[in-house]
Amino acid sequence: MKTIPVATTINGDETEFLCHTDESLLDVLRDRLGLTGAKEGCGTGDCGACSVMMNGRLVCSCLVLGVETEGAEIETIEGMAKGDTLHPLQRVFLEEAALQCGICTPGILVAAKALLEKNPDPTDTEVRYWLAGNLCRCTGYDKIIKAVQTAAAEMRGA
Amino acid sequence: MRYVKPESFEAAATLLRDATGISRILAGGTDVLVQLKAEMVEPDLMVDLKHLPGMREITPEDGGFRIGAAVSGAELGEHDAVKAMWPGVVEGVELIGSSQVQSRATMAGNLCTGSPAGDAVPAMVTAEAVARVHGPDGVRDVPVVDIPTGPGKNSLSKGEFITSIYLPARPAHAGDAYLRFIPRTEMDIAVSSAAVSLTLDQEGVVTDARIAIGAVAPTVRLVKDAGVALVGSKLDDAAIAAMVRAVEAACSPITDKRGTIEFRTKTAGVLAKRAALIAYGRAGGQL
Repeated sequence: MKTIPVATTINGDETEFLCHTDESLLDVLRDRLGLTGAKEGCGTGDCGACSVMMNGRLVCSCLVLGVETEGAEIETIEGMAKGDTLHPLQRVFLEEAALQCGICTPGILVAAKALLEKNPDPTDTEVRYWLAGNLCRCTGYDKIIKAVQTAAAEMRGA
Repeated sequence: MRYVKPESFEAAATLLRDATGISRILAGGTDVLVQLKAEMVEPDLMVDLKHLPGMREITPEDGGFRIGAAVSGAELGEHDAVKAMWPGVVEGVELIGSSQVQSRATMAGNLCTGSPAGDAVPAMVTAEAVARVHGPDGVRDVPVVDIPTGPGKNSLSKGEFITSIYLPARPAHAGDAYLRFIPRTEMDIAVSSAAVSLTLDQEGVVTDARIAIGAVAPTVRLVKDAGVALVGSKLDDAAIAAMVRAVEAACSPITDKRGTIEFRTKTAGVLAKRAALIAYGRAGGQL
């Protein structure tokens, strides 16, 4: 099958890749570009493990075609830390052990960052609803919600 | 699979009309790409229309709003004027899926997918929304209620597609609301649902009422008798009871893992009652 050239910006870098028309953005990121932070959980937009930002919006990269991203700005978990400095969300997730197996963590971090940019001071209920599309089978969510709130407080103070 | 971004609606219509095999139109992709992944559908042609004029715009028109077919749920929810005019429509759209899905899913896609449980559809029906359909024979306007014809089916012909949905102007003293039942609070498919749109007079008496129900029949249904039952009332118990009876009579659901016939019928009536009370309050009525 023929591949199609696509030009995008990923984490600020102009990136060109070739992909098949039925290939998802998730498959492009993982298999063609080596960006394996986004995970495939369900592949059908239910679990959020593949969450990335596309043109400033939180999306499941499994529900975006690679060819659709021509000219788009993509941000993935790989772009979240600045060099060796973790984003406050990343650091607090580690400090407060808001993860166990870690499969859902990249998606949750990307989603939580999107929430805090929109709403820097969310209620616990708002955090839970916003993250309803990010499934975690380990933590029971409480530590995740607390970590998001700790990071949010820190970011508001910063 | 060919992936095409046509240069115009006319080119898209011609392309789709002349296509052999299976064609799909890509809007938000939240249904189409799931079907693709599950190998339920293996399209030969995928037509992406999101870049065409007006597809991603919300435009005031004759006192109402024209919503481009590729406007996402998140974009609609951030539009204060549409939300103020048709809160029931917006709350229906916003119930679809997660934050991630909201970034992509569209009300036009939800309509064309033809799910009896589509959360965007009942309140569009009670708003008397009109879909603008482009096709090989030109442009036509079709009431939203006439688009779905059964589970997974719609009334569009080969080569036709929706380019926008028009939400008409809302009269004074009017309000709408949408409610669904799901066994948890988020990320689920409606077991039953109801939308209500009411117009009141100065004294709070209902002068016009439209009620639509979802997930309780092969398509979303507009229940005219239920609306008639509320006209002339201030939502007193007798009027509500008559409305609920009409809603229950219009239900013809199936029993499946999400709910039985009896449960769906009962909850559709309860939701219609609760949505009517919310719509009444939004219309400025005092109970």
